[in-house]
Amino acid sequence: MADAVSSCILKVEDLKVEFPLGGGVFGNRRIVHAVNGVDLELRSGECLGLVGESGCGKSTVALSIMGLQSPTGGRIILDGQDIAAPGIDRRERARVAQIVFQDPYSSLNPRQTVRKTLEAPLRLHGIKARSEIDDRIAEVLARVGLRPEQGRRYPHEFSGGQRQRVGIARALILKPKIIVLDEPVSALDVSIRAQIINLLLEMKDSLGLAYVMISHDLGVVEHMSDRVAVMYLGRIVETADWETIFTRPRHPYTRALIAAIPDPFGTGIGAKIPGEVPNPIDPPAGCSFHPRCPHAIDICRQPPTPDLEEIDGGHFVRCRRARDFV
Amino acid sequence: MSDETLLSIENLYIELRLDGASYSAVKDVSFSIRRGETFGLVGESGCGKSVTALAIIGLLKPPLGLGGGRILFDGEDLATVSSARMRSLRGDRIAMVFQEPMTALNPLSPVGRQIAEMFVLHKGATWHEAERLAVKALGSVRVPAPERRARDYPHQLSGGMRQRVMIAIALACDPDLLLADEPTTALDVTVQAEILELIRDLSSERGTAVMMISHDLGLIANMCSRVGVMYAGRLVEQQDASSIFRRPQHPYTKGLIASLPLLGARAKYGRRALQEISGVVPSVVDFPRGCRFNPRCSLSTNICVEGDPEASPLDNGGFVRCHHHG
Amino acid sequence: MGADLMNSSLPPDHQFWFGTDDQGRDIYSRVLYGARVSLTVGIGSQIINSIIGVCLGLSAGYWGGWWDDLINGLTNMMLAIPSLIFALAIMAILSPGLTSLLIALGLTNWSFTCRLSRASTLSLKSQGYIQAAKVLGYGDIRIMLTQILPNILGPIIVIGTLGMGSAVLSEAALSFLGLGIKPPFPSWGSMLSDARDQMTTAPWISIFPGLAIFLTVLSLNLLGDGLRDILDPQSRTRRT
Repeated sequence: MADAVSSCILKVEDLKVEFPLGGGVFGNRRIVHAVNGVDLELRSGECLGLVGESGCGKSTVALSIMGLQSPTGGRIILDGQDIAAPGIDRRERARVAQIVFQDPYSSLNPRQTVRKTLEAPLRLHGIKARSEIDDRIAEVLARVGLRPEQGRRYPHEFSGGQRQRVGIARALILKPKIIVLDEPVSALDVSIRAQIINLLLEMKDSLGLAYVMISHDLGVVEHMSDRVAVMYLGRIVETADWETIFTRPRHPYTRALIAAIPDPFGTGIGAKIPGEVPNPIDPPAGCSFHPRCPHAIDICRQPPTPDLEEIDGGHFVRCRRARDFV
Repeated sequence: MSDETLLSIENLYIELRLDGASYSAVKDVSFSIRRGETFGLVGESGCGKSVTALAIIGLLKPPLGLGGGRILFDGEDLATVSSARMRSLRGDRIAMVFQEPMTALNPLSPVGRQIAEMFVLHKGATWHEAERLAVKALGSVRVPAPERRARDYPHQLSGGMRQRVMIAIALACDPDLLLADEPTTALDVTVQAEILELIRDLSSERGTAVMMISHDLGLIANMCSRVGVMYAGRLVEQQDASSIFRRPQHPYTKGLIASLPLLGARAKYGRRALQEISGVVPSVVDFPRGCRFNPRCSLSTNICVEGDPEASPLDNGGFVRCHHHG
Repeated sequence: MGADLMNSSLPPDHQFWFGTDDQGRDIYSRVLYGARVSLTVGIGSQIINSIIGVCLGLSAGYWGGWWDDLINGLTNMMLAIPSLIFALAIMAILSPGLTSLLIALGLTNWSFTCRLSRASTLSLKSQGYIQAAKVLGYGDIRIMLTQILPNILGPIIVIGTLGMGSAVLSEAALSFLGLGIKPPFPSWGSMLSDARDQMTTAPWISIFPGLAIFLTVLSLNLLGDGLRDILDPQSRTRRT
């Protein structure tokens, strides 16, 4: 769906986020490279799925895009503007990018009615006319499937799914171009996830939004994404359009992730990889996946870390043996 | 797996007392588990699956309480035994593994000691002997370098390791029945696959029956031989695993399967809007009258509101609780 | 309230409802006048304490870093100095009187509120709606005032009302030492101190001011609980 006309609304270039760990004055200061050189591109109307397990850095990438985490290096260009540059206003960024959080039970201020939660940002951004405020609130509530009179209620009066809808309404109220979805349905009951997933997809199509969706649920990622990026220990190890990733994955980690999903129609648990994600403070030399990789050979264990290479149109893999697997 | 019945739950009622009122958290649930069998209990929040397990192992605390029914374990009715007898059974013949190992393990005690306790308590071993057996137990759950790991404290281990420790504690005395309540929900996907395989291998080696509880129908259908679906305190359907996914009978089960984005579906059929189940999951104080699923059910008619359906047997030995099934 | 030695130490009767003290003064009117002082000092100084404590604690919790370290150091210092000594020192500089009492007590008891605000802020900071506010473009001050403050007020109010009681007692101590309200102007605390020697012979002299303190502090606490509940939307409405 790469359309030359649809604009690149988000560009992340060589993003690095480091966290120092106290090492004392004399000892070496240890550093966690939570995000270690990530490049991303997102177009209007596109949904990018960011997958990976704990410690891979996907949440840190999302927080950096939203300005909640300062990057140590690299650039984040939102709608043409480098937001890491000093002097960028929180408000300007607010009009371009918004976020929906994972936990609907802590993402709303318990002391504000829904209406107040939606109205305050409008006033903050200079919209003072009562009629315009009312219109926009009514519009956004209708879009997420809530009735206008529900605006007078407090968060605790709603169910988890309804609260998530309020969170989505809040993300929409300033008419952003990008929405970061942080595990949007993981905390919801299974039987209502479809409602939210369908809503998000419908919104994307009718409003021309772009999504960065973080999820550990590969079924949801496959269903919703146009492109997928797989992260491991702070780096992207594979990225391609959704079909390629799910039907023709090349990186051994991507394959392991997909194989690990229990197949309800079968009984094999699938190819597992041994061990667990290593401590990000002490990543393995060379390819950071080699200790767990069933295909690792000598060159995999030696530095430097392999680069992300394009092996097919739009299909990038970070593996020295990528071309060996078909 | 033998044909002999190990656990038989008959007409189980569990009450919840709040503010002087009594609610039925679990109503008239009956099922049985054979020796060595893996049985799955699937459902969402508030369906009663976890409290059913707590009732079996005798850990129901106020405001929850047994309201009636029999829990026949190898001939003994656990609903009526003394607490001393229950204590001797717990850990020795019936064991349980929980979702969040960090809160289930004692943070102040090395993990090896926590495993060793089981041998001392139930098998009368000396501490010296028990610690040796504990190291062996760690090895059996595939923890590398078990002698060293035994001296670690829970916070020094990763989530997957902690869960292995929990399993080692649970299986230390070779129980006949293992209750596993969402044992992998808090873990990364690749670790999840390993833990599930571990449970499967160990239980088949030792002939342990397993009752696996989860909200993930795909996982349950993959791991278990027979599956029970719970909704709002009722067991609404029970079938063997291969049938439940291919030929679900209850509208809730059907709705659940149709609403989940399954891996591979989009590649095969294109992106189809997920079928939503309307409404929200009721809370225990708000369970509907008659069939508890009726407000959300597309097949609901008058009899559904008036009367809670009986269990209708199916050809393959299972049953379904619906006025309009099939 | 005039001294009238003819009527000294009379037990309560139809003329003197609460009896008289050793100088013949009507205790009932002294209790009423004393209310003015004790309530003003009790409530007023605690309000000052709470404002200081919340401002310092909230900002320390929210911003962290060197500001947090600074406030923590200050709080530790305040906790190490006995508050009464500190108040004494301030009163010694200022001349005795109502305003000075307010200032002195208002500047000494903010540490606990500060700690509480800081802890509450820290635990709230990770809540989604705080991050959402930043993402929506709210500035830091606005977030602290509109998002965090309303959500930490509950315990602060309750602690505040408890503090009012202790402020009344601190005022008594200071007045007794001659650094508070000077006689003959009454304050409940100084009335209690004066009545020490006559506890067994003329107990009514201490009972009534004591009762007044007790009832006041009790009602302030209940008021605090009530206020906290009124301000909390969750206690007002059930889920629909």
